[in-house]
Amino acid sequence: MAQTGKPALTAKQKARQSTIRLAKQSWELYLFLLIPVAFIIIFHYVPMIGVQIAFRKYRIVDGIWGSKWVGFAQFQKFFKSPQFKTIVPNTIILSLYGLFASFPIPIILALALNVLRNKRFKMTIQMISYMPHFISTVVLVGMLIAILNPRIGMYGIIYQSFHDGKAPKDLMGQAGLFRHLYVWSGVWQNMGWSSIIYLAALSAVDTELHEAAQIDGASRYKRVIHIDFPTILPTAIILLIMNAGRIMSIGFEKAYLMQNNLNKSTSEIISTYVYYVGMTSGTGDFSYATAIDLFNAVINLIMLVVVNAISKKVTDTSLW
Amino acid sequence: MAEFVNKRNKKIELSRDDKIFYTVVNIVLTLITIVVLYPLIYVLSASFSSGRAILSGRVWLYPVDFSLEGYQEVFKNQNIWIGYGNTIFYTVVATALNVFFTMVAAYPLSRRNLPGKNAIMMIFTFTMFFNGGMIPNYMLMKNLHIINTRAVMIIPGLISVYNLIIARTFIQSSIPYELYEACQVDGATNTRFFFQMVLPLSKAVLAVLALYYAVGHWNAYFNALLYLSDRTKYPLQLFLREILVANTMNESTGIDPELLAAKQGMSDLLKYCLIVVATVPILCVYPFIQKYFATGVMIGSIKG
Repeated sequence: MAQTGKPALTAKQKARQSTIRLAKQSWELYLFLLIPVAFIIIFHYVPMIGVQIAFRKYRIVDGIWGSKWVGFAQFQKFFKSPQFKTIVPNTIILSLYGLFASFPIPIILALALNVLRNKRFKMTIQMISYMPHFISTVVLVGMLIAILNPRIGMYGIIYQSFHDGKAPKDLMGQAGLFRHLYVWSGVWQNMGWSSIIYLAALSAVDTELHEAAQIDGASRYKRVIHIDFPTILPTAIILLIMNAGRIMSIGFEKAYLMQNNLNKSTSEIISTYVYYVGMTSGTGDFSYATAIDLFNAVINLIMLVVVNAISKKVTDTSLW
Repeated sequence: MAEFVNKRNKKIELSRDDKIFYTVVNIVLTLITIVVLYPLIYVLSASFSSGRAILSGRVWLYPVDFSLEGYQEVFKNQNIWIGYGNTIFYTVVATALNVFFTMVAAYPLSRRNLPGKNAIMMIFTFTMFFNGGMIPNYMLMKNLHIINTRAVMIIPGLISVYNLIIARTFIQSSIPYELYEACQVDGATNTRFFFQMVLPLSKAVLAVLALYYAVGHWNAYFNALLYLSDRTKYPLQLFLREILVANTMNESTGIDPELLAAKQGMSDLLKYCLIVVATVPILCVYPFIQKYFATGVMIGSIKG
């Protein structure tokens, strides 16, 4: 036992001392982090301070800090407004529809691709299926509009040739079709890209499992169900949680582009409405728009935490 | 087993069930491929046809009345050139800064023993789940006086936390700490180690980051819509929006139906050409980086 003159340091003190030494040694690393952290604080945390205008009546002359506090008045206004009853369900329905339509297809695609024995055929299909992922939202919606144009689009022309030259109704202007067009064009665009992750998971399957199953006489189909599918299940669950947690944060970009006066009853979702209230309607009611946005963000955060907690209990997989 | 060993007789070895199964799989995949490919082929073929051929519905698979009149019209359009120039500028400058600063942030955070690492990581990841929203962001840009400047297209998206996690996980898993210790013994500082070892050894993740960022910048229109009003600074996507999306509803009741028809044929042709012109550059990038996709997506899936 080392007996020194100095009082022996406790384990805690020792740990702290070595931490300080390590921190001093790593000064360069903190310097590295200086700009990134400054960036994240300015462009992500400062706007969070600005969120307080949701609880004020914001006027430009008074600024963020000088405007009058109004408590939850903006939120009450939103809950009582007629828009509340349409845009909140619109957002949730569109999101859920998208979630359930776009979830199984990449899995099926990956399982099918994994079965293929012809490597070149497999590569070709993969290449093709990734391509739409790189198309911009503007172009995607532009393609939809051009192809579905009732007079000169592909759809219009085919329809006319079957109906004595009578032009069909404009599909983009039908409120009842908005969700289907939105979701299935999304599936078209992303199924290939989303399948990559499952293919990567499938490449980790132990070939010995397959060989053993073959000896026992399992057909390829049976092996897909009992070997391949269980392998990618954890990945699928994680992705499902992540997506379920983002139910309310469905993007502004595509809905806004697909929106027109005729389909507004289904295409107006929270994010497009925030844009409309805050940025376009004449003066722009900043406080009201921020309150709606904040309501959305908070619901989102709660959803994520709840879904994650449930998943942790039930499946042992979670984000944190 | 037989399938693996007895390659020559593979076809004979397949059972009836397997044969049916493989046939079904092939049919399903062929159908999916057709569904994905057909709209793309249609747009491409239409862009190389004449306006009249599109209007009369003769284009359905390959170009009819092959012509480049649409492309000539597109390249005569001043806005397209402005948009193209701006988009290339934004994409190149922003992507370079994005990749550099993402790596700069990822390197220290990849050190498991850096004091305070977890707290800093928390600061980053929290922003993935909560943000100020549209209006406070707009007010911030206004206060920083970068509304309607080119900087607003580059600086606010400097680091994507998702990409930061990809980069950090890559460094953690592929550049061993022992390598740093060895270099440290030889007198290398952290800075030198980063530039001479980490960056050169991270080519795969650099490619993935560059692709993700570049595709994002090339295709983005939201920030431009929100923050830019000066048309000389518009990126391509905003001009595309005007031509492809915004003026679809004004198919006014025509005066001269013949003239209107010709005009519409032309405007539709123009749209198809624009779609091709706007999308081909970014599609050309991806075969080069394709081999890194699986790595990138896989790393991204490992939680932070």
